[in-house]
Amino acid sequence: MMLSNLALALVSAAVLAYEVLLVRLLSIVQWHHFAYMAISIALLGFGISGTFLTLSRGWLTWRFQVAFVSASTIFALTAVASFLFLQQLPFNALEIVWEPSGLIYLGAMYGLLAVPFTAGATAIGLAFLAAPRAINRVYLWNLVGSGSGALGVVLALMLLSPMDALLAVAMLALFAALVAAASPPSNLSVAAVVVAAVVGAGIWLALPGTWTDLNISQYKPLSTALQVKNAVLGREYSGPLGLVSAVKSPTVPFRYVPGLSLNAPSVPPEQIAVFTDGDGLTAINRFDERTSDTSYLGYTTDALAYALTDAPSVLVLGAGGGNAVLQAIHHDAATIDAVELNPDMIRLVTVDYADFAGRFHEREDTSIRLAEARNFIARASRRWDVIQIPLLDALGTALSGVQGLSESYIYTVEAFELYLDRLQANGWLSLTRWLRLPPIDTLRLVATAIAALERQGVANPGERLVVIRGPDTATVLVKQGVVSPQNIAALKDFSATRSFDLAYYPGMDAAEANRRNILPEPYLFDGINALLGPEREAFVDSYKFDISPSTDDRPYFFDFFKWRTLPELLSLRRVGGAALLDWGELIVFATLVQAVLLSAFLILLPLGLGLRRSPQGAATWRLAAYFSALGLAFLFVEIAFIQRFVLFLGRPIYAVAVVVAGFLVFAGVGSGFSAQLERRLLTAKRTGLTAVDVAAAGIIVSALVYLFALGPIFERLAGLPDLGRVTLSLALIAPLAFFMGMPFPLGLSTVSRTDPQFVPWAWGLNGCASVVSAVLATILAMHFGFAAVIVVAAVLYGLAAFVARPMLSNHV
Amino acid sequence: VTAWLAGAVQLAADEPDWASRRASMIATIEDYAPMSAEVVGDAGLSPEVLGVMGRIERHLFVPEEFRELAYHDRPVPIGYGQTISQPFIVALMTDLLEVDPSDTVLEVGTGSGYQAAVLSPLAKEVCSIEIVPELGKTAAERLQRLGFANVRTRVGDGYFGWAECGPFDRVVVTAAAGHIPPPLVAQLKPGGRMVIPVGGRFVTQFLTLVEKSQAGEVTTRQLLPVMFVPLTRAE
Repeated sequence: MMLSNLALALVSAAVLAYEVLLVRLLSIVQWHHFAYMAISIALLGFGISGTFLTLSRGWLTWRFQVAFVSASTIFALTAVASFLFLQQLPFNALEIVWEPSGLIYLGAMYGLLAVPFTAGATAIGLAFLAAPRAINRVYLWNLVGSGSGALGVVLALMLLSPMDALLAVAMLALFAALVAAASPPSNLSVAAVVVAAVVGAGIWLALPGTWTDLNISQYKPLSTALQVKNAVLGREYSGPLGLVSAVKSPTVPFRYVPGLSLNAPSVPPEQIAVFTDGDGLTAINRFDERTSDTSYLGYTTDALAYALTDAPSVLVLGAGGGNAVLQAIHHDAATIDAVELNPDMIRLVTVDYADFAGRFHEREDTSIRLAEARNFIARASRRWDVIQIPLLDALGTALSGVQGLSESYIYTVEAFELYLDRLQANGWLSLTRWLRLPPIDTLRLVATAIAALERQGVANPGERLVVIRGPDTATVLVKQGVVSPQNIAALKDFSATRSFDLAYYPGMDAAEANRRNILPEPYLFDGINALLGPEREAFVDSYKFDISPSTDDRPYFFDFFKWRTLPELLSLRRVGGAALLDWGELIVFATLVQAVLLSAFLILLPLGLGLRRSPQGAATWRLAAYFSALGLAFLFVEIAFIQRFVLFLGRPIYAVAVVVAGFLVFAGVGSGFSAQLERRLLTAKRTGLTAVDVAAAGIIVSALVYLFALGPIFERLAGLPDLGRVTLSLALIAPLAFFMGMPFPLGLSTVSRTDPQFVPWAWGLNGCASVVSAVLATILAMHFGFAAVIVVAAVLYGLAAFVARPMLSNHV
Repeated sequence: VTAWLAGAVQLAADEPDWASRRASMIATIEDYAPMSAEVVGDAGLSPEVLGVMGRIERHLFVPEEFRELAYHDRPVPIGYGQTISQPFIVALMTDLLEVDPSDTVLEVGTGSGYQAAVLSPLAKEVCSIEIVPELGKTAAERLQRLGFANVRTRVGDGYFGWAECGPFDRVVVTAAAGHIPPPLVAQLKPGGRMVIPVGGRFVTQFLTLVEKSQAGEVTTRQLLPVMFVPLTRAE
């Protein structure tokens, strides 16, 4: 019997939406790096479902409908229940370095989250089992549903709180169960679904708030801020970009000013703290243009750009709570353009707390724009005297080494080239980071700036650089021109009056370094000079952290990890050196090892339990190679191209939604067309050419063409309006995704004809490979860049076509 | 009576040997000290500091459920999103302060009260401010109960120090403002020292030492708790 297409699409949408939503939920209550690992491993539920379906196929043959309805209902109920139980686990990611036994709770998280994914994947897998003659159609509806889920969850997060969105996902899956239950031949299970839904809703309503509210870790800055006497939560917005929470603390006011000099003539005013996902502190300052004493704003390291310019036009990339804008106002900037990614942050500053913030956004010379910084500057047609990139990540986040997994397109060589292009002659690019010991971020900023200047043909980049540091922060300035003696005089005066240290200017003497804020060695001065000298490569290579320039192809600015330093860092972790350990790459590698081991177990288990191929079917290794290659390659291409399109589209979360939805839907269309292509090739009698050959050729050609062509296309068309860029992106994705949608259903259709008992096994194998693929893509991108990921994917598609030839040419 | 006595004996037998655990904690700190030559100097950690830490019953500053961990060389949760620092870091910070018996010390961030208790026998007076009311109240009661008579506590804003208690010879502060609070430096006497642990809840990234010369000139130093040279130089 055939299961309802609509039910399949609905449950596919719910499973994908749940995956996206879990990242959001876990990023709020915990930290995103452990969210990444927990969700990646739990997605092996797809592999578990394959094993389960393989082993119970005989029993399920006459119970598809009931099984599908049951699996969808179990997914709906456990999607919510697993997260509620997960919130009750006493897991503390920050304590892992001291108490590895906490990993038991991480294992419990895997187990809890694997339940709904196994149930959801079982429902989808059943659809393939139920329609051996229409695999391509099943895949079409699976992909169209998943694509809709990707888009739908972003829309849902705009309208609903994350917890309500979770309930919506559960309801979607219940609706899928109902649709399937109501389809012919039997409608007996409708009542069962309704009863399950009512019981689930009853339990939800009976649970106390400590279970149903988001239970944010007590160690997150938002939680600790709310412990202070009279501190209260103010406005809170939830959106796809994060949970934005404003906190007022009248008794012990916030005074958050990164890098303030000890010589500051005034103290910061009352502030409202704003947290994103309970972390990432920024502050809205109480401001009244007539009465506020903002002199302290001239006493941070990032105020240096104003000491070197006179009434400049300023662009602030990352406005946050508006501190950098106030700083520009304080320094009588001629015009101020500020860019902020998160609309909720803008709403707090310009609507909810507009009076508190002094309505600075209403000034004639000031504009606050909602945009992604990189995209904004790529599309800008004007130039500025100062481009300011303030410090927006919280100290704790920056020092905890959890950002290594995040791509950042703000700090890449290509971004720096754009910034320099948009500077007026003699203008300044100003970038500020927390000071770490030993210095890492600042050296990487300088290395990236040097690479950008060299790409622009500057023979001596050192003539255009200035670096200072205080006790807490370091600021790197890059000039669109040569640093003048007047600049140097102003720089020295600025640093002396604020007790900051000179770290670099052209012609600086070593004796001037490391005098007021003393490091064990003049690390920054020595490091910058090494980066500017002939020994650059050797210096970068021998430094114990990765400080090589960050690029668009390898945009992991915060991944400083080097494997060869690991033994030393591990030996120091209990002796006060725990903070030297960067978690990002360790986490992703640990995830890969676990995913590979668990996948191997899940794939081999059915074979060990008696699954055997039929005499006429393809060899087991051939099936394994084919479906593994496809699982790996599909996500390699998808992930790598998401990165490219995100830059073009701006606003990452929307870009990801559009690109993922585009890929899945067009792949679905390709799947729908695959059977027709197979028939045409058969009737054309082109011996030796299979439909998979055609699809693989299409994928390889389009992927490699895009590898080189997308950059120039995006550069020329960056100025298109939003809708134009979305349309163009979808048009570009369509042909590639269309071909990518073919090989899987073609292979599975063949298997269903020759070895039907292998269909669920292949489904599970593809699921496992997809999990490994997502993790492996990140590792490859971190080390070799996204271009390498695309090339590997093209090779894998070629390999898939090669191993598939005997099995496809025999049975088309 | 016999049953009661048997119970009491049983209870006494169940009570861990805190003194030997404390001794073992001190031995661990001493083992680690050579790796922190930058902070403690060639002479190693001050015997006075280690002596005080060897006497103070750290387990009484840790919540009941984490008492087993009290003498492990690790930070321990104390509730309200806060921790009691790793003993090794407490020893380093206290050593770095170079407290004299005539000194008045300001602590911003009382937490469990353990750091104040360690400073108490070394200084003339310790003034400690805590931002979380519940923690401040519990720590004040605990310090009083345990007889640390020269420790004064209060709940409130530490940004402006404690003028009535100051000026201070030594200051130890957990700064959350992204900068060293200038008002605290103003309350530091000439010749004074201030130590700030920088980092997250469970890790100390580095220690910032602020020194005010007799002439009133202020310098800061950033010190890693461990020996770690970022550049491998050619042999």
